[in-house]
Amino acid sequence: MGKPWRRQLFLRPEHPRLPGSLSLSGEVQSNCLLPENPLPSAPFAAPSPPWSDPGAVPLIRVENVTKRFGEAVAVDHLSLNIFEGEFFCLLGPSGCGKTTLMRMLAGFEMPTEGTITLAGQNLAGVPPYRRPVNMMFQSYALFPHMSVEKNIAFGLKQDGMPKDQIADRVGEMLRLVQLEKLAKRYPSQLSGGQRQRVALARALAKKPKVLLLDEPLGALDKKLREETQFELMDIQHELGMTFVVVTHDQEEAMTMADRIAVMDHGRIVQVATPGEIYEQPKTRFIAEFVGDVNILEGHVMGQENGLWRVKTASADVPLTIDDPDEVLHSGQAVAIAVRPEKMVIQRDPPGPGAINVLTGEVWDIGYLGDWTVYRVKLATGEIVRVTRANASRFVENPIDWDEQVYVTFAPDAAVILAE
Amino acid sequence: MNRRLSLFNVTSLVIGFAFLYLPILLLVIYSFNASRLVTVWGGFSTQWYGALFRNQALMEAAWVTLRIALLSATFATILGTLAALALTRYGRFPGRTLFTGMVYAPMVMPEVITGLSLLLFFVAIDLDRGFWTITLAHTTLTMCFVTVVVQSRLMTFDRSLEEAAMDLGAPPMRTFFTVTLPLIAPSIVAGFLLAFTLSMDDLVIASFNAGPGATTLPIKIYSQVRLGLSPEVNAASAILIGIVTLGVISATLISKRSVLRSRRNAH
Repeated sequence: MGKPWRRQLFLRPEHPRLPGSLSLSGEVQSNCLLPENPLPSAPFAAPSPPWSDPGAVPLIRVENVTKRFGEAVAVDHLSLNIFEGEFFCLLGPSGCGKTTLMRMLAGFEMPTEGTITLAGQNLAGVPPYRRPVNMMFQSYALFPHMSVEKNIAFGLKQDGMPKDQIADRVGEMLRLVQLEKLAKRYPSQLSGGQRQRVALARALAKKPKVLLLDEPLGALDKKLREETQFELMDIQHELGMTFVVVTHDQEEAMTMADRIAVMDHGRIVQVATPGEIYEQPKTRFIAEFVGDVNILEGHVMGQENGLWRVKTASADVPLTIDDPDEVLHSGQAVAIAVRPEKMVIQRDPPGPGAINVLTGEVWDIGYLGDWTVYRVKLATGEIVRVTRANASRFVENPIDWDEQVYVTFAPDAAVILAE
Repeated sequence: MNRRLSLFNVTSLVIGFAFLYLPILLLVIYSFNASRLVTVWGGFSTQWYGALFRNQALMEAAWVTLRIALLSATFATILGTLAALALTRYGRFPGRTLFTGMVYAPMVMPEVITGLSLLLFFVAIDLDRGFWTITLAHTTLTMCFVTVVVQSRLMTFDRSLEEAAMDLGAPPMRTFFTVTLPLIAPSIVAGFLLAFTLSMDDLVIASFNAGPGATTLPIKIYSQVRLGLSPEVNAASAILIGIVTLGVISATLISKRSVLRSRRNAH
């Protein structure tokens, strides 16, 4: 089993680049160099994922769905396709409608408008107990008066499965979540992590077409959460099932998902792979919601050799940004988003022809062990966050508080946000 | 807060409990009195308990009381549970607040009025007073207590348990019988016991609605006392107190245990 496509990092989309485009990088710091050759788009012969194949038929098709509760609009004319075998994340702040959307998939809420189809079947009016979909609840919702094995067997019993087959399947599920020894225990006798596994096993037992997971790791502590993320991915891979996860935790979504749909105010803002969401966010909301980001406000000056020149108050010299997807006009107000780890902090002034240089003084230093976070205050009063991986245990002559520093970044490290 | 018992606390506790339970204690003590005179202590004896069991009229009344209590508590439990479900589950139907208030009204209504209005009702529909009228009257009285007990449990009930059952393929009715009912059962049992004990010791409503064929134990005791105190009545009362106490204590324990269990599961 498993999915035919591979999880992959975000690859630069291929763009025709003018031959002179490298001229700017001549005197730039080595870490700011533009790639000499655009990366080959697919170095291995993995089949392309279904969402980029226009002929692929989605398993779940959400078409123009709206859900109102009285006056309040929870989901607003939302359309979405989810493909078989996908690990799909609905990500968004609380109240963005992600849980309502999931409850509509499960059948606990009915759309006010629009249709949801699952494997070609229109789900309108189909009650939860007749849908080939199972859900893992945020509170786990384990039946307290039933033992672990009875909980897992509950759904199979409803289907009228013969007893010996139920026993086999329960055993299989217990092995899958490594709880064989706790079959006779009651939920009140289990730890949080064990309960989470029982809930997962119970939801998987019927081998549903789609498994819905509502904040599946929300109640676990950080260490356990990380471990469980990878376990969930393995289980999904092993069963080849379609998983739809609701979460507000961007790290969780980034780790597990094949694709993420970022939601805000009942609408989808962007649906893309984790890499694309992070590296090519569509809006400022996404850039700020997923990961840390520095936003610099500015105005477009024009395009030179395929690179955008943006005038900003934060830097003396206009910035040079490599974001060929954007269609901009001169004078347009834009925001430049740069991730802290893509910025370089240094004490020595960069060479005379260097691009994308911000100057400021070190305002705060946060040492996280693996990373050090520098908060640099620019002349405009803006604070820029720069992170540096602590690749060695000791640093000679480290950058200190109140020091005058230079922050630089490569043209393709930044993204232009027109909205 | 100071958790130790101060002299003041102990005194108020003693006075309070004495005020509540001294008369009852006295009654129980005198039920073991050897003397025929109710107010004079003549040594320990269980003879009046023996006499009680040989007293045909009292035993008859006790049997009637027990049957009425069991029947009316059963009716009250079914109706009260349904009312509690309707009040907590079916959202905001029109008149919900009014309905809630009306369910609780019999709790605060003076029993004389409840008794009288029921009597008028039974006369109006030409129902012969007796065993069944008392049973119906007690159902009316005790139903609201069941509703209160069951409703408070349903308020804390995690609805996602029912959703999980439905999600796993159980239609609503099966969900109710396999998940909801087992989990609220303790509160239903507690409500039943409460209804049972309330029916056992009710005098006012029963005497309004009693007929020639059916005399309950409280009515019998009351009428006997008017003719003169008898030690047998003390014995009968002591047994009644015992049953009522047992009922209330077990109702409390059962609902407490279920609360503890649901709280433990919440974590």
